[in-house]
Amino acid sequence: MVYVKRLVLDILKPHQPNALEFSSNLAEVGDDYHVSLTVIEMDENTETVQVEIEGSNINFEEIQSAITNMSGSLHSIDVVEVESKSDTEES
Amino acid sequence: MNPFSQIRFLLRITRTHGIVRRYFVVNGFDGALTMLGLIMGFLLSTPASLTVIINACLGAAIALGVSGVSSAYVSELAERRRALSELEDAMVTDLKDGAHAVAARWVPMFIALVNGSAPLIICLLIITPLWLSNAGLVFFISPLYVAVIIAVILIFLLGVFLGRISDISWLRSGIQTLIIAFVTILLIYLFAGA
Repeated sequence: MVYVKRLVLDILKPHQPNALEFSSNLAEVGDDYHVSLTVIEMDENTETVQVEIEGSNINFEEIQSAITNMSGSLHSIDVVEVESKSDTEES
Repeated sequence: MNPFSQIRFLLRITRTHGIVRRYFVVNGFDGALTMLGLIMGFLLSTPASLTVIINACLGAAIALGVSGVSSAYVSELAERRRALSELEDAMVTDLKDGAHAVAARWVPMFIALVNGSAPLIICLLIITPLWLSNAGLVFFISPLYVAVIIAVILIFLLGVFLGRISDISWLRSGIQTLIIAFVTILLIYLFAGA
């Protein structure tokens, strides 16, 4: 089975929810997610942020849904780290 | 997220906390001064039955409540829709599933509720002594004077609330609104009393 370990996403979001709230809500999606957010660019109504998420098994659909729920727009997936583990290895 | 956290979140992302507070104070003040004016008018007129006074005050309270709800809803809905549309233009995307679209639907309703309930609740508090007197409770002074005292206290408390949110002396702010109440009473005496 393939597990997503790390994602770096390029997101356009409104100023609110702010970076702290935005990254906290993303971290809440999983039990062991580690999220770091960097503001790349800012204009009057929006900001472009780079979000790095690390976890043992990142659920991309749920992350995408959380971004949409906070009125963000996912522009690109810039970095992906996945890991393959056999079932015997898992147990 | 529980409903209160959800409301706080929606107010925060639309930056409407201040608007809610402002509406609460402005319309609460309207309600208190309207009741004060009505009751002062009755005090200076030929004595009327308590039922007549209660009905007149209740009518004004309901009208203020409905006016508060409808006017705030219509104006805030337009405001929120415009803000959402501007954000969608900036994001170059449809935000119908996002928190801002949810806020555009729910924030006007919440603001309307606050705007309508503030004067209604304050008016009902002011006319409570009239109801109690009508129900048989005996006051040492006329229930109309008790209602005036409650109105003045509530106006002072609105001033205290304003002082606390604007980080100035609550006493000074309370006294300022108290002066407005006494000026209103004086004007009513001058014009209605004559």
